[in-house]
Amino acid sequence: MTGAPRSQTARALRNRGFLTLCLACTTLAVLSLFLLLGSVFMQGWHGLVDQEAFKAVFSEGHLSSIPNLIRWSFFTEYASRRPDAAGIRAPLLGSVWVCVTCMVCSLPLGVGTAVYLEEFARRNRFNRFVELNVRNLAGVPSIVYGIIGLTAFSRMFGLIGKADGQPLQFGDPDSFFSLRLPFGQSVLAGGLTLMLVILPIIIIASQEALRAVPKSLRQASHALGATTWQTTWHVTLPAALPTILTGAILALSRALGEAAPLLVLGIPVFITSTPQGPMSNFTVLPFQIFNWAGRPQAAFHDLAASGIIVLLAVLLSFNGLAIYLRHRLQKTSA
Amino acid sequence: MTLHNPRTMNDVHTPTSSSLTPKPTVGDAPALDAAGVCIQAKAFNAWYGSFQAIHDLTLDIPRQSVTALIGPSGCGKSTFLRWINRMNDMIPTARAEGVLTLDGHNLLDQGHDLVELRRRVGMVFQKPNPFPKSIYDNIAFGPRLHRHMTRSELDDLVEQSLRAAAIWDEVKDRLHASALGLSGGQQQRLCIARAIAVGPEVLLMDEPCSALDPRSTASIEALIRELRNQFTIVIVTHNMQQAARVSDITAFFYEGRLVECGPTDGIFTNPRSKQTEDYVTGRFG
Repeated sequence: MTGAPRSQTARALRNRGFLTLCLACTTLAVLSLFLLLGSVFMQGWHGLVDQEAFKAVFSEGHLSSIPNLIRWSFFTEYASRRPDAAGIRAPLLGSVWVCVTCMVCSLPLGVGTAVYLEEFARRNRFNRFVELNVRNLAGVPSIVYGIIGLTAFSRMFGLIGKADGQPLQFGDPDSFFSLRLPFGQSVLAGGLTLMLVILPIIIIASQEALRAVPKSLRQASHALGATTWQTTWHVTLPAALPTILTGAILALSRALGEAAPLLVLGIPVFITSTPQGPMSNFTVLPFQIFNWAGRPQAAFHDLAASGIIVLLAVLLSFNGLAIYLRHRLQKTSA
Repeated sequence: MTLHNPRTMNDVHTPTSSSLTPKPTVGDAPALDAAGVCIQAKAFNAWYGSFQAIHDLTLDIPRQSVTALIGPSGCGKSTFLRWINRMNDMIPTARAEGVLTLDGHNLLDQGHDLVELRRRVGMVFQKPNPFPKSIYDNIAFGPRLHRHMTRSELDDLVEQSLRAAAIWDEVKDRLHASALGLSGGQQQRLCIARAIAVGPEVLLMDEPCSALDPRSTASIEALIRELRNQFTIVIVTHNMQQAARVSDITAFFYEGRLVECGPTDGIFTNPRSKQTEDYVTGRFG
């Protein structure tokens, strides 16, 4: 070998220096997360815990008060001008309604698109163009989808409904099975708008899931005389399902946290009813949090923090469900 | 390994389009009457894109026998195998010309019913590829695709197929356990049972033992010998001893051409072409 030897100590020093740098980055990231969560919990836990029951359990040891620890009124009450009487009943249920609607609409569409692109489509220019655009759409800011949702679903391009702004109403407005055109500020309009936001994510996740299914399984199925449809339905989709579901649930948790596209739709914040069907008006958690955080009174800021804790809990339980489902399905199929 | 000058290929006796007699090299083979021929290739050419993988192949595969296709990698033997059940249709650039018949019907016809073809021509792949389902569902998969069957009919068929593939005794107590829990050799026999379950006439095997240990290989070979009475078996193998052990007829391919085809004994003990001799004695390939 030629050349002067490199100094061992200098190399060791540089190695250690880089290690320190990486550790510092990690610490900073984790620390800022904990800072955020910590401040939210410090501010918000009062709103979620009944102070008297808390004192009874932890200072006086009355274990019988444990069921009363949670301040249930925060979940059962509607929004109010008085902070101590305000609750998240409407936005919590609204979020659930709109997310379920969103999932019901986006899952078949997204998985169907992915199946077409992966299993049926020939690799031609048109399909490559579609795929490229799906990838681009995943990066579009969600407020843009809000504008599409407003035009297409809320107002239906101004083509349907009477000129005086009166919508076309089919069926009893208070029943589950009613239809109003255009959709206005209904759960259906919100769900469809959120569907636009997460559809590209679901398509991409499903495509990758399908792509991860070994080619040999498809060949085995075709060699037995299965059509492409039979292969997809009986072999490829079941094998890809755990991954597809994980992707879909993670996409759903994104939909749950979205406020911007619904803001564009013009959904109300203050609402004293829970949705009865797809045509009901609704509000969502991020919206209520945004509203409370913007008020001047400090008591509302605390409520906003409590709302954030609830939102985080719902998000984490969705992620937990995704992990559970993947585990469970992998166990049965493997 | 000796690299052969392609020009020497012209010197050996190869079936080409100029010699249109059906089986130019099956010298010592008993003459096959038309009813004895199951699969027949005549002036068969196959391409991947602009690369020609098979040149002017003329070959008869007799019914209810084991035909081994041997030759070095890339010689076209797998390509030929995958044209017999049209698996190459899944490769967009693959195309073929000429005549390739199964029981006298040209498989290359545009309108040929692939579902029916693949029901009649089963395939076993290089790597065992059971579905991530139970053993029972793996076997029942094919029959369920093609016909409505009652539970008891299906139960019987699953048992028959597993017995035919000599794996019934090993799995009869865990039919509803995952097929992925079986050993490699068991998985491969399961795949053979799965192929048998749809009632094929032909079984194509693409190096079925190359991913298996010697013991599993021995069990698969024993199975192949047993199955030859019921099926026409075409097996691609890189293992010369395997070809010698299991096959009745051996066809040696080299660079996309059929060099020699005849009874296995003759190919291994008294090959007519120098190239075949070099290959079967391990001097190249």
